[in-house]
Amino acid sequence: MLNLPKRIADTSMAVILCAAALGSVTACKKDSAASKGSAAGGKVVIGVLTDMSGLYSDLAGKGSVAAAEMAVADFGGSVAGMPIEVVSADHQNKPDVGSGVVREWFDTKGVDVIVDVPTSSVALAVSDVTRDKNKVFLASGAGSSDLTGKACSPNTIHWAYDTWALANATGREIVKHGGDTWFFLTADYAFGAALERDVTKVVEASGGKVLGDIKHPLNAADFSSFLLQAQSSQAKIIGLANAGGDTIKSIKQAAEFGIVAKGQKMAGLLVFISDIKALGLATAQGLTLSESFYWDRDDGTRAWSKKFAAKRDGAMPTMVQAGVYSSVMHYLKAVAELKSAKDGKAVVAKMEAMPAEDPLFGKGTIDPNGRKRHSMYVYEVKSPAESKGDWDFYKLIREVPADQAFRAPADSGCSLIAKP
Amino acid sequence: MQALYAQLVIGLVNGAFYALLSLGLAIIFGLLNVINFAHGALYMLGAFVAWGLLHYAGIGYGPALIIAPLVVGVVGVILERTLLQRLYRLDPLYNLLLTFGLALVIQGLFQMRFGSSGESYEIPAALQGSANLGFMQLPYYRGWVLIVSLVVCLATWFVTERTKLGSYLRAATENPALVQAFGVNVPRMITVTYGLGVALAGFAGVLAAPIFPVSPGLGSEVIIVVFAVVVIGGMGSIMGSIVTGFALGLIEGLTKVVYPAASGAVVFALMALVLLVRPAGLFGKAS
Repeated sequence: MLNLPKRIADTSMAVILCAAALGSVTACKKDSAASKGSAAGGKVVIGVLTDMSGLYSDLAGKGSVAAAEMAVADFGGSVAGMPIEVVSADHQNKPDVGSGVVREWFDTKGVDVIVDVPTSSVALAVSDVTRDKNKVFLASGAGSSDLTGKACSPNTIHWAYDTWALANATGREIVKHGGDTWFFLTADYAFGAALERDVTKVVEASGGKVLGDIKHPLNAADFSSFLLQAQSSQAKIIGLANAGGDTIKSIKQAAEFGIVAKGQKMAGLLVFISDIKALGLATAQGLTLSESFYWDRDDGTRAWSKKFAAKRDGAMPTMVQAGVYSSVMHYLKAVAELKSAKDGKAVVAKMEAMPAEDPLFGKGTIDPNGRKRHSMYVYEVKSPAESKGDWDFYKLIREVPADQAFRAPADSGCSLIAKP
Repeated sequence: MQALYAQLVIGLVNGAFYALLSLGLAIIFGLLNVINFAHGALYMLGAFVAWGLLHYAGIGYGPALIIAPLVVGVVGVILERTLLQRLYRLDPLYNLLLTFGLALVIQGLFQMRFGSSGESYEIPAALQGSANLGFMQLPYYRGWVLIVSLVVCLATWFVTERTKLGSYLRAATENPALVQAFGVNVPRMITVTYGLGVALAGFAGVLAAPIFPVSPGLGSEVIIVVFAVVVIGGMGSIMGSIVTGFALGLIEGLTKVVYPAASGAVVFALMALVLLVRPAGLFGKAS
């Protein structure tokens, strides 16, 4: 045997420490130089808190920063005479890292509004800090409907989508077509739990049954074990209550094990266009999914998306990135009316009072619990033969109009809603 | 019970990747006394080379199994000659930090170019489909991974333990100065060993490409577990890393049945236990 016993104990320890570090040392926290020092007196600072290098970085990440910068440029670079700045940081999908960054931003960098924040556990932590400091949080990346439910806040608006809307759109569509027994593969954190809970309600309300679930670690490498257990449950539908890289791996490996070929169907409950790009149409075709934004929906979305893609090496925007743009624009309009960004609650109240219409999400309003309301769209992924180009992925099945797409405020359990 | 068998087979396949990767690490640590943290990044590089060969040059899976490890091996040789070599005289922790930094740089470069979701590599046509084992449908490709890894692992063990070349290698591990005095070019042997060690990682990368998304994070996801395998098996022990790799795959597979949420942690719990009871690892010899 090749043994080098000397220093083994030392090196073992070093290996363990470094291995642990390799998982986390991917930070690329970037604050623009201009924002350092001065606690922004006469300017408005937008903080994009996102996943820069992990499993959600393609669906949010640098694209979200680009979307925020596009909004600032389209608004003219200043609001009510105050210049607008964008800063960004990586939260590494960890709630403690995220709330630490946000605290520092509020206390020393003069940040007025936090946008994006994929990963619901981080978003819930950020929402708490934002309320304490009376700033504004516009969530686009996170999914948990708790952000406007039991954890709602007068300082938070939830923009692009949420787990309730996904359950209501995708879940209902699948049950309607005979998918009445379900087994869930659920990412083991706040988002996965919320998504499974919301879909379960829809399935059971429509007469379906949930046969079981598996909670898998976030960013698991191999899903085949979980998939085999899902297969042996004999549920008609395997519901993926996960996102990003986890969803990609689940679908890819399900194809490998021939699960779909044997008659079970996969339901991607949160699938982004970036996931379809990574899977390829050959694997992803036929998948039913819901989005609030698709680049090829109409002339307005196409025009904006092409501008976005030109900045991002041709990558089309996800609904999260579109949500960042749209929410920043609406925020700046409210600040322009108020002529100040300092009182977070007042800004959110103003945003809720104004109609929110733009080319990206169409007509919209904001509910008193902070839920942005617009249409959701149920799509089916095209086959390679149906697709005409690089990003031509979806065909529309139906539109869920704004008034039905999101949970009624009265049902949300949000304490801001006056009880009748 | 049937479900259990199926999980054990799946666990063995995952163990095959652990074994291939920890084997390369063990060889490198054995001769160079370098803890090669760039191993995961080079594994990822192997997968990307396979993808690139197909995507840009139309070269398929079969040739990639040979070409990609060669490319990764050459990259390894260059790294060894230009960087690692300069630090041998210092504390081994310096090379640990160097390779750790290299891993972050390589991963970061791929992230910039390809994003985090990665690219898709189809299973080669000849290995599509699955076999009915009675208790499960085993995709042919997973079976192939299992067999090939076993063969490569055993061949590597044979070369290092049962051939003349291997005996030089082991001798140089024990006493490099003496082996040099007998006319063996030890520095060159070290370079070649590093190249071979990382070529094994490149080979594992090609095997992984059709199963996992070919993404920059491919290596960092698995490398932490692989280091745990090496620590449990005993640093530098060839057979130890092979056996431990497969065994941990099995244990992880079992955990996924019993308590899935803990499947990410079970390896580390075991590692803590082994370090408490046998600090030199299961197959390592304490000094």
